[in-house]
Amino acid sequence: MANAQSINLSEHVAHHNHAHDHDEHEESFVSKYIFSMDHKMISRQFLITAIIMAVVAMTMSIIFRMQLAWPGEKFAFINAVLGDKWGKDGVLDPNMYLALVTIHGTIMVFFVLTGGLSGTFANLLIPYQIGARDMASGFLNMLSYWFFFLSSVIMLGSLFIEDGPASGGWTIYPPLSALPEAMPGSKLGMTLWLISMTLFVVSSLLGGINYIVTIINLRTKGMKMTRMPLTMWALLITAILGLLSFPVLVSCVVLLICDRSLGTSFYLSDIYIGGRPLDNVGGSPVLFEHLFWFLGHPEVYIVLLPALGITSEIISTNSRKPIFGYRAMIGSMLAIGFLSFIVWGHHMFLTGMNPFLGSVFVFTTLLIAIPSAVKAFNYITTLWKGNIQYTPAMLFSIGLVSSFVTGGVTGIILADSTLDINVHDTYFVVAHFHIVMGLSAIFGMFAGIYHWFPKMFLRMMNKKMGYVHFWLTFICAYGVFFPMHFLGLAGVPRRYYTNSAFPMFDNLVDINEIVTVFAILAALAQFVFIFNFFYSMFRGEKAPQNPWNSNTLEWTTPMANIHGNWPGSLPVVHRWAYDYSKPGSENDFIPQTVPLLEGEHDGGGH
Amino acid sequence: MKLLILIGLVLLIIAVHQLMRVVELSRQFKKGNEWTVTDKDNSFNGKAMLAFGFAFIGFFFWQINRWGDNSLPAAASEHGLKIDALWDYNIYLISFVFILTNAVLFYYAYKYKGKKGVQATFLAHDNRLEMIWTIVPAVVLAFIIIFGLKYWNDITTRSSDANKITIELYAKQFDWTARYAGKDKVLGSTDYRQIDGGNSVGMDTLDATGYDDILVKNEFHIPVNKEIEFKMRSRDVIHSAYMPHFRAQMNCVPGMVTTFKFTPNKTTAEMRKDPYVIQLMAGINEAREKKGEEPVEFDYTLLCNKICGASHYNMQMTIVVDTEKDYKVWLSKQKQFKTLASK
Repeated sequence: MANAQSINLSEHVAHHNHAHDHDEHEESFVSKYIFSMDHKMISRQFLITAIIMAVVAMTMSIIFRMQLAWPGEKFAFINAVLGDKWGKDGVLDPNMYLALVTIHGTIMVFFVLTGGLSGTFANLLIPYQIGARDMASGFLNMLSYWFFFLSSVIMLGSLFIEDGPASGGWTIYPPLSALPEAMPGSKLGMTLWLISMTLFVVSSLLGGINYIVTIINLRTKGMKMTRMPLTMWALLITAILGLLSFPVLVSCVVLLICDRSLGTSFYLSDIYIGGRPLDNVGGSPVLFEHLFWFLGHPEVYIVLLPALGITSEIISTNSRKPIFGYRAMIGSMLAIGFLSFIVWGHHMFLTGMNPFLGSVFVFTTLLIAIPSAVKAFNYITTLWKGNIQYTPAMLFSIGLVSSFVTGGVTGIILADSTLDINVHDTYFVVAHFHIVMGLSAIFGMFAGIYHWFPKMFLRMMNKKMGYVHFWLTFICAYGVFFPMHFLGLAGVPRRYYTNSAFPMFDNLVDINEIVTVFAILAALAQFVFIFNFFYSMFRGEKAPQNPWNSNTLEWTTPMANIHGNWPGSLPVVHRWAYDYSKPGSENDFIPQTVPLLEGEHDGGGH
Repeated sequence: MKLLILIGLVLLIIAVHQLMRVVELSRQFKKGNEWTVTDKDNSFNGKAMLAFGFAFIGFFFWQINRWGDNSLPAAASEHGLKIDALWDYNIYLISFVFILTNAVLFYYAYKYKGKKGVQATFLAHDNRLEMIWTIVPAVVLAFIIIFGLKYWNDITTRSSDANKITIELYAKQFDWTARYAGKDKVLGSTDYRQIDGGNSVGMDTLDATGYDDILVKNEFHIPVNKEIEFKMRSRDVIHSAYMPHFRAQMNCVPGMVTTFKFTPNKTTAEMRKDPYVIQLMAGINEAREKKGEEPVEFDYTLLCNKICGASHYNMQMTIVVDTEKDYKVWLSKQKQFKTLASK
């Protein structure tokens, strides 16, 4: 079997080399590896940039977790990383603490889970799975990556300036972020943050437009919308959400830049700071909050939907069953996408916003629980009576279903304005969004990497290391975030440098210690992944044509990164992507390119 | 230190190199390859999933057992008791869903672990099932929404109580000031341009209604069983007045006056005799003793709960709930603004 596959592979490669020889001669190192317009290369660029960013953000979390568990304790590690200015004698500086939580959040939400997740998998999978030669515009696609790269460099660069990086929280609420007198992080660091994020939005829009156009226009013959794999639906809806919401972040940011630099008063009024009253009158920070969360909430789904799409694909493939309720899955993603635009106010129940408006947002927010529940139950039903193949990707996908449910149910509490009053901005919220959004999205990303690594690097990742990585990560992740609920129930606010200023929190020391120990273990476990990733990239076993016996089109391309993806003509699609274990079929999978038999129904009928 | 890091890095590189050699050596001895999932892998991971499911739910109860009693005491305000009741109802519901869904997930993950030769069941959809898990959550959510909004309306309706006491909470980096209306029951108007050393909250010195206002720091008192209407203001950045024992929170926004009202129903002295609070404080004082700190008594606390700068973590004020009589005695001892200003 393995032999037959490898022969098949070498035939493909030979065929392709012959057909496209002249193409490859034209490629210089720069146009192939740096300013590449090829979707596969751009996807790898996004992924590796995101991995570097993730390591930075994770290291930050370890530093502030150490401070929270053992406040005031001296750590040579902290001094070594932060130097004498921010980690004098190994004790974290309070301003740097706030900077670390701010940049940790920013990097994780935007650079890893938006740029990294969408950028990697939209670029890799869209042309492959719809049967296109490349993105609609390779040039825009290249620009998208380089804007992302530039914004990453500026964000990282802001870590090294004298006053430290932005430190007003990832939500950068003014006036704190607008006034350099308010904190050192609101000086140059904030300016760089704003520039970096503006470039990031440009990147995201260039990518998003491309993804939408490509999916709408470049589907191969037979690839009806209702035959697309759920990854495509997820990435399409994600791109639309980004296209509609990110520009609002830009306007929000531009107004803040005006307030900071040009003396306008969009967000400022009646402020006395730094020993003098400011002239600004008439602005409102609540306006900022509205604009910010108009992006901020869809952003949650921009992060989550690609992960849900990826795992839909992986769970179906590895259960050897069709995804349960394909159309319901599409419908629920559309519903989630639509609702995500009218729920932003649930971040603002206690901001002084009219309470009646709050009621409306309670209603719309709780509605999201319905499509979310449908998705969770459909995943579980897909496992039912399956023949589950435990690849590392499948493990992470099941991990996602668990974290999506576990973090999702606390959303019902937080969406209820009455109950939100007492846990708003406490660790209960930190627990909620890290589990439902952070863990789910990162599990989805890991699942995607393990699953499509053979397509990206033409080699296989090591499964044993994958198992070790999954189990350590899964156990430690819950060890980090589950106990945080109990901090929230005790009323501990988030973004506190230490809890020791309040005697009422003195009995919670052990929770913080347990959380930090798990966090350190989880971070160490990631090195197993990083080693496996880079090792397999160069030394892993050569990948066969279709390692997971999957139906989708990407596994019909030759195992070589060639221009145009398919040598010769594009594949023609005859069926949906989920004909696994179909009765009457010899194999337990039927690729989308196999024509329907006479009398055979498409889309799950049989 | 630098040397240590250098040595650490060298060791890391050696470790990675050795690891690669181990992987490559072991590759030679293996029959299969490094990525094909075997029945053995499926069996191991399936069982691990089941074990994890048990451990996870066990961990959940372990945490409740260990940390459940560290939670805030029962609400010390009238509306807070309603919130607590609604909270309990919701938390039981979501705990049930959480346990059930995770249990089913991990059980299926175990039960349907792959075996060679087994054929999965081709099941693409089932309208009846999908209807059930659309409608059931919808109905449950309808109840959650209705109850939640009913309480929310009660809590946020403007105070209409003629006997209410109005107190202003004024936030700045990094402390709180409480301002009482004084005998005329009117809070004097303010102007942020008049802020200076002797006028820290920006009282309008031309407005006579403010002369009898009372300003206190570090600790403020409120009478039990009387509606307190708070008006929140901020001098510089957004702060949030968080009074967790009363289930009360509202942001303090520069340029705006925000409000929150509640009626405290237990004095500080009563709380200190509450059995739950006694065990809570015992735990706290035990932890303090370990750190070598003095024992403390229970106090209601006002915290800042919106990131506001370097000392955000230490922006606090003590709240004392008195009997009406004690409250009046305390208030009569506080200085009025006029006397403060004339100093």
